[in-house]
Amino acid sequence: MERDDLIKDHEYSLLANHDEEHGKAIRKKIWQVTLILTIITIVEVSTGAFIKQYYDGIANNFWWIIKWSFIILTLVKAGYIVLVFMHLGDERKNFKWLILGPYLLFIAYLIFICLTEAADYLSPFFDVISP
Amino acid sequence: MGQHSEKISKSELWGGGGSPFRISYGKQWMWMFLVSDALTFGSLLTAYGFARHSAESWPIGEETFNAMPFLGNGYPLLYVALMTFILIVSSVTMVLAVEAGHRKDKKGVAKWLLLTVVGGVFFVSSQAWEWYHFIHGTHYGSVLTAEGWAVVEYLNGGKDLILKFGKGVIVDGASAQSLFDGATATMQGANLIENEYAPEVPQYANFFFFITGFHGFHVFSGVVFNLIVYINVVRGVYDERGHFEMVEKVGLYWHFVDLVWVFVFTFFYLV
Repeated sequence: MERDDLIKDHEYSLLANHDEEHGKAIRKKIWQVTLILTIITIVEVSTGAFIKQYYDGIANNFWWIIKWSFIILTLVKAGYIVLVFMHLGDERKNFKWLILGPYLLFIAYLIFICLTEAADYLSPFFDVISP
Repeated sequence: MGQHSEKISKSELWGGGGSPFRISYGKQWMWMFLVSDALTFGSLLTAYGFARHSAESWPIGEETFNAMPFLGNGYPLLYVALMTFILIVSSVTMVLAVEAGHRKDKKGVAKWLLLTVVGGVFFVSSQAWEWYHFIHGTHYGSVLTAEGWAVVEYLNGGKDLILKFGKGVIVDGASAQSLFDGATATMQGANLIENEYAPEVPQYANFFFFITGFHGFHVFSGVVFNLIVYINVVRGVYDERGHFEMVEKVGLYWHFVDLVWVFVFTFFYLV
C-alpha cells in the first residue's frame, strides 16, 4: 500500500531545497553564529577561571552577578543553536509554540519548585515542620 | 527555507491533506522526540540543582576539573572548554552538511558529515579520558584532618605540601604537615559510593556519572546515526530520493546533543 504521508514528506522536503546564491547567504549566517558561540564560550571559561567563588573561605559577594551572567549567556547560546542551527526560527509560528510551549510551562515550574523546596530544606523552618 | 513562512489561509492549513505545521512527518516527530528527551535532561539537571541547593557545601568545578592530558593539573576548565568547542564546531559542520544537502551537493554533504563524525568521536574520547581521570582521582587523593576533609597536593616538584579545604581555603607549610600527619582517613578517586572531590556529598559523583554518562551515550548514538547517513550519502541513496532530508533529521538530533552540553557545561562546570 502506498503511504500518503511519505508523498507529503517529499513535497515539503523539496520545498526546502535552495540554489547556490541563497546558500551563500545561509553559510555567511552560519559562520557568524559560530563566531558568536565561540566568543561566548571563551568569555565564560575565562570568567570562570579568573573570578573565584570563594577567596580563602570568604564567599565572593559579587558571585551572583557572575552566576546570572553564565545563565543568561547559556540561554543566548541555546537560542542561537535552536533558532539558527535547528532552523526552528524558520518554521511556522504554531510549530514553534508546539516545541517551546512545554518548556515554558513544565521546566520553568520544575526549576522554581525544586529550588524553592531545596532552599527550605536548609532553613530552620524545615526543622520545625519535620522533627 | 523562506518557503516555510508563506501565507496560507487557516481553512487550507488545518483542512486536512497535509501537515498544518508545513513540516514533514519525519522532521516533526524527530522534534517531538527531542522535546521528550529534553524534558528528561531538564529533570536530571533540576534534580542536580535540588541536591546542590540542599547540600551544605558543593565542590567547585574549576577545582575538580583542572587537569589536561599529558600536562597534569593546574589548568582550570581548559579541557572542558576544549571539549565544548569541539562539540560546537561539529554542530557547525553538521549545519553546513544540511545546507549542502539543500543544494543537492552530494560531495559537500559527504565532506561535512564526515567531519561531524570526526568531531563526535573526538568528544566521546575526551569524555572517556575525563571519566578515567575522575574515577582514578588526583595523584594524592583526600585526607580527613582535624579541620575536615582536604585534597592533598604537592607544589614545586613534589616538595611543598598543600591542603585544599574547599571554599578556597588553602593551608601550606608546617601547619599543613601537622594536619596531614594527624589524618585519620584517606580517600582516592570516585565511585557511586564515595568520592575524594566532595567526601561529604557522595551524590556529587553520582550526578556527574549520570548526567555526563547519559549525555555521552547520546553523543555516541549520534555518531552512529551520522555514520549510517554518511554511508547512505556516499552510496547515493538521497540523490535518488531527490532530497537530503535524512541529513536534516540526524542533524536535528546532533544539534540537540550540542544544546544539552551547553547546559551541562554551565551547571556542572561553571557555576
